[in-house]
Amino acid sequence: MEISVDEQDLKLLLNDLIELYGYDFTDYSKASLVRRIKRLLTLDHFPSFAELRYRLKTDPDYLNRFVEEITVNVTEMFRDPDFYVALRQQVLPAIGSKPFIRIWHAGCSTGEEVYSMAILLHEAGLLHKSLLYATDLNPNVVERARQGIFPLAQMKDYSENYIAAGGKSDFSSYYTAQYNRVIFNEQLRTKMIFATHNLVSDSSFNEFQLILCRNVLIYFDKELQNKVFHLFDTSLDRLAYIALGSKETLKFSGLHGTYKQLGSNKIWRKEK
Amino acid sequence: MEKGKVNIKKLIVIGGSAGSLEVLLRVLPGLKVPFPYPVVIVLHRKQSNDNLLTELLSLKTKIKVKEIEDKDALVNGIIYLAPGNYHILFEEDYTFSLDDSERVNYSRPSIDVAFQSAADVFGGALTCILLSGANADGADGFLYVKERGGETIVQAPETAEVAYMPEQVIANKSADKICDIDGIANWLNRM
Ligand SMILES: C[S@@+](CC[C@H](N)C(=O)[O-])C[C@H]1O[C@@H](n2cnc3c(N)ncnc32)[C@H](O)[C@@H]1O
Repeated sequence: MEISVDEQDLKLLLNDLIELYGYDFTDYSKASLVRRIKRLLTLDHFPSFAELRYRLKTDPDYLNRFVEEITVNVTEMFRDPDFYVALRQQVLPAIGSKPFIRIWHAGCSTGEEVYSMAILLHEAGLLHKSLLYATDLNPNVVERARQGIFPLAQMKDYSENYIAAGGKSDFSSYYTAQYNRVIFNEQLRTKMIFATHNLVSDSSFNEFQLILCRNVLIYFDKELQNKVFHLFDTSLDRLAYIALGSKETLKFSGLHGTYKQLGSNKIWRKEK
Repeated sequence: MEKGKVNIKKLIVIGGSAGSLEVLLRVLPGLKVPFPYPVVIVLHRKQSNDNLLTELLSLKTKIKVKEIEDKDALVNGIIYLAPGNYHILFEEDYTFSLDDSERVNYSRPSIDVAFQSAADVFGGALTCILLSGANADGADGFLYVKERGGETIVQAPETAEVAYMPEQVIANKSADKICDIDGIANWLNRM
């Protein structure tokens, strides 16, 4: 039997998380958040919502599990290959003229997007003067991203994505396979900096030529999206780019007027 | 946004899998224009990032067909199409949220997820329609919709290219009505 989650209870739980642990999920999309919590109630066999709240309050270790299961970490290399074609053709030539390139992957999950980007930069001859900052609120996924080890079984799909994204090399030259896993080349990884960063509560930490925040904002409500867009705005150089997920948009945000979309791609350039 | 919310008296969500596109191509041309409610279509599809399906459906009706983007607001008289690779969820303010979490019934978008989320927000003002398919997606959703006072219509299995999906909701007794393809079109126009 499914346990219902009423609004008052949810508020209390979210307040506990802020007060005890500093995690603020208040302005996440309600429909999605409630669905994830109901799923966790079932997965971990809680007899009631109150028991979940009690567990979270009394067992700090369970917080890890909660964050891991409430957030969604689904990702892949060269996800939406057309997007990477647009980066290759329209964005890299423009930011490539800078003496130094800083890129921020906000909500990088386990890092597949960051490694894809490093490959793109390498192929454009820009990796040597680039730095990729990869952040996520979940320390577990950040650690996995840092290691750069991925299941071998996924390489076939990723290789197809890579080719569809305009890749011309042999994709397998970018990693070494060991048993059922692969590790990506050191040369790609030396250009990456990994850190935990919470888009809700942490501030801007640098200026970038490109920010990627893909499939993260769908989990936020419109007000929080707007707040994060302003965080990005203060972190972007003039004529720098912001890239969103394939079904996300800047059009509901206050920034809409000062950014120009690149055709139908989910990439916008800061004009002012 | 509040204005839109007051204006929307009913929501229709249509789910389908194998063999359901043909049904839609037959039903859409007959729908009255303007159509008085929002219609949301959730299909299992192989290709995710193509506009082909939106274009194909657009050709069959004067009603505007739009692929859902995150936080789009529901508006009467628009047909919304769930994008490939995302679940669709409904917010209390009658906007959509997208979600790329695990597949449900091997599917993303999942029809169950869409039906259940729509029922949470629309309760008795929801009508769900389930079409042809080879998957059990939609069956739990139908039960959930019924429990919350919504209305459920299923394509008659003998008229479906693949009868399995309709048969599941007939077996779990969650379908209010069983209609052939013309019956579905008529029902929508009389709502
Ligand atoms: C679906 S993944 C997206 C991964 C990758 N960008 C992609 O598109 O494939 C969403 C990520 O956002 C992260 N996330 C959720 N809330 C966050 C927040 N407040 N701050 C930073 N990251 C967050 C999650 O931990 C998760 O790893």
